[in-house]
Amino acid sequence: MLIHELSRPGRRAFAQAPKDKPALEGIPAALLRRETAALPEVSEMQAVRHYTRLSQKNFSIDTQFYPLGSCTMKYNPRACNSLAMLPGLLARHPHAPASHSQGFLACMYDLQEMLKDVTGMKSVSLVPAAGAQGEFAGVAMIRAYHDSRGDTQRCEIIVPDAAHGTNPATAVMCGYKVREIPTLDDGDVDVEALKKALGPQTAGIMLTNPSTVGVFERRITEIARLVHEAGGLLYYDGANLNAILGKVRPGDMGFDVIHMNLHKTFSTPHGGGGPGAGPVGVSQRLIPFLPVPMVGFDGHDYFWLTEKDCPQTIGKLSAFAGNAGVLLRAYVYALLLGREGMVRVAEYATLNANYLAKRLADAGFELAYPKRRATHEFIITLKRQAKDLGITAMDFAKRLLDHGYHAPTTYFPLLVPECFLIEPTETEAMDALDGFVEAMTKIQSEAENTPEVVKTAPHSLPVRRLDDVRAARELDLRWNQTS
Amino acid sequence: MPFIPHTEEDVRRMLEVIGVQQIDDLFDEIPPTLRAKAMQVVPEGMSEMEVTALMQARARDDGQPACFIGAGAYDHHIPAAVWQIATRGEFYSAYTPYQAEASQGTLQLLYEYQSMMTALMAMDVSNASLYDGASGLAEAVLMAVRVNRKSKSRRILVPRTLNPAYRKTVHSIVRNQSIELVEVPFDTIAGQIDMAALQAHAGEDFAALVIPQPNFFGVLEDVDVLTDFAHANGMLAIAVVNPLAMAVIKPPGEWGEAGADIACGEGQPLGAPLSSGGPYFGFMCCKQEMVRQMPGRIIGRTVDLEGKPGYALTLQAREQHIRRSKATSNICTNQGLLVTAATIHMALLGGEGLSRVAAACHANTAQLIAQLTAIDGVERVFDGPVFHEGVLRLTAPVADVLRSLAAHNVLGGFDLADDYPELGDALLVCATEMRTAGEIAEYATKLARVMAARTQAKCPVEPKFN
Repeated sequence: MLIHELSRPGRRAFAQAPKDKPALEGIPAALLRRETAALPEVSEMQAVRHYTRLSQKNFSIDTQFYPLGSCTMKYNPRACNSLAMLPGLLARHPHAPASHSQGFLACMYDLQEMLKDVTGMKSVSLVPAAGAQGEFAGVAMIRAYHDSRGDTQRCEIIVPDAAHGTNPATAVMCGYKVREIPTLDDGDVDVEALKKALGPQTAGIMLTNPSTVGVFERRITEIARLVHEAGGLLYYDGANLNAILGKVRPGDMGFDVIHMNLHKTFSTPHGGGGPGAGPVGVSQRLIPFLPVPMVGFDGHDYFWLTEKDCPQTIGKLSAFAGNAGVLLRAYVYALLLGREGMVRVAEYATLNANYLAKRLADAGFELAYPKRRATHEFIITLKRQAKDLGITAMDFAKRLLDHGYHAPTTYFPLLVPECFLIEPTETEAMDALDGFVEAMTKIQSEAENTPEVVKTAPHSLPVRRLDDVRAARELDLRWNQTS
Repeated sequence: MPFIPHTEEDVRRMLEVIGVQQIDDLFDEIPPTLRAKAMQVVPEGMSEMEVTALMQARARDDGQPACFIGAGAYDHHIPAAVWQIATRGEFYSAYTPYQAEASQGTLQLLYEYQSMMTALMAMDVSNASLYDGASGLAEAVLMAVRVNRKSKSRRILVPRTLNPAYRKTVHSIVRNQSIELVEVPFDTIAGQIDMAALQAHAGEDFAALVIPQPNFFGVLEDVDVLTDFAHANGMLAIAVVNPLAMAVIKPPGEWGEAGADIACGEGQPLGAPLSSGGPYFGFMCCKQEMVRQMPGRIIGRTVDLEGKPGYALTLQAREQHIRRSKATSNICTNQGLLVTAATIHMALLGGEGLSRVAAACHANTAQLIAQLTAIDGVERVFDGPVFHEGVLRLTAPVADVLRSLAAHNVLGGFDLADDYPELGDALLVCATEMRTAGEIAEYATKLARVMAARTQAKCPVEPKFN
């Protein structure tokens, strides 16, 4: 039932709004709203009960194993939330003067410095609101760099075919053409194809390392050299930073600009789809172009760095300084982990992924890259099950829900058929991984013996399998009293 | 080990299964020359108790001054239930609802959100959020260029009364797609878009006109005339509105003869704390026929295989994970948790509650402006009607005055000197429903004292405005 269906005219949560409604003096009638907005009219308890019940229809990290590949669904420590919501931090206006902001600015400055250390980049801006906005900032900086040198013939961004969809979409938003290069059978970028793609038209390349197929790009140094020789720059998509934290730094691999997904690697909540935070780090030559505002420190006071201080900046990406509350959560997380904890993240995320990969392989599932070491994630392909049994990756995914596991990422990357991209993260215990293997084994056996059960899954969730085609064809995008 | 559950025995068994000696062996595909040295800047790990003490001290440092700043972020009461429920783990720690059957809570909530936003804006459809108001407007501009097939230009009319941070953000985001933003000046008496200057563009080819309501000065624009002007000249009308204001002010869908085509803005007044400027959320609504060009997630109601109603992400063919380089936007992660809070916030307040909050803000600001302009050396700049902000001109440099007030724990407003030097010593003030009569009187007393002290010190300042 929708909250709208609980609504009754005249009912309200009376304690929540001002007691009186003063007249709107001085506003011409023609500018006023004629009828009260048709929002639900419910009591406080009805709203609380309704949304509590809705929450219970969700899978989440706090309630289920959630091995969604490339999303790093690790435990979100509660302290990060409660400390970011301390009254003084929560009530701070974005335009509060520096005299009333030293505490907040100190946190932001410290975080900038820590992220430089973690990534090996020379400078960091925290402002991008999510990974895709970080990508935008990165590619916009690449463009600003070439433009500042009068090098305006560079019109192409190279993207491997396995890349996240945000990569090509971002390149286009920055006014570039996208040139795709293939991935080799072993998961590495096809360097010969890269060589052919490079030229005076190359603005840069967008790479994820470990890549979206879950392996470390072994020829990264050579790739960096080739791209730089052609006059292009290297962009690092930080989606998979969890795998290499403290082990290898994008700055040392030769990248010129990176974004980090703090909602992945730094464990800020995913919130049912956000908010994220996508800070960008750059090498020396891109420092002038970083998005503003950033936080500076003169040894005594913290202060904002704005367009005035950074005349070549690509500019602002949001009205204020990005998702500050998310940044505070990441800061608390970094303090709790410390330098030794950061390295452990990569180690245990990788241990869990390799263990789960091996156990699934031993149970008869086919690894997409069996000869490669898994990083923090790996891919299995269910193409054999699809071909022999008519049971697809989607069927497996839906049946996993019945077993109390959120499904891995399905059908991505696009180049592996019927695939699961599985990322267990470091915060899962071995028992949870064993349970997942057991569930997959059970589903395999069902697929062989009682395929209908798998094809029509899920059976035990609030709804059965949903009709996506109808959702798109007969658009119903809002409640309507008459429907 | 913080947040890592492995026992030594677990690790031993796991390594054995994998067939390696030690964890570090798992990194053997990384070229040895690339391996990182120990971190230098990141400190050693702290306990939760230590971090708590540090953060509490930092939060205390910033104090809790009485805030009369608006300028795009507003201090409103948020019912206790809003964030208690929004931070339930099932909302807080879930992700984008790719597995619809396991995400019906988030999906239904988003459908309710879309229903509430379309009701508040009187528009046909809503998406499930963008990053914030400013970047949301940039997306609206890009959408308008895609939608408006009648226009061959990639030019957009942007009034100078629009929040300057929005103008800058839109510029940063759309500049690389050769979209040109053409500024429309304002009428210095009313503080509204200069109609004569706008009329001069009649008959020219623009893809859209951006219409803020209220505008950055707090002044209400003549939206019916502006919307009709846009449509009469083949432009789309993009509304940029404060959603709380829409509880009492005519909503975009009812502007002019045909209504605004796209409505967007900053969702912060609907349940997001000030929190230093984010996370907030951008909302976007549009006319039904434009829905396939709208960026961001959209949720649709459908049925399951037993015919039972359910909710799912829909029209995904617009999005980057399907369409890649041909997507309507690169946006992926949005501001889901803020929308969760906003939905609960709107459900608790309802149309009547929101209109009471809006009316209280309007009344408080009227009270504030009346008391402040009673002070010698303080006058109102514009005579246009305002919602909950207004511009004052002082006979003293605003930055100095604000510094003196801040020393007395009053954040007196937003200094317009950088963004509108033509206004002289101008200050944008705001009093939401949170500011008490006592705080307003206190502000007036302190400002009177600061202004009097300056006069006595005989340092009159020549007004820069003429």
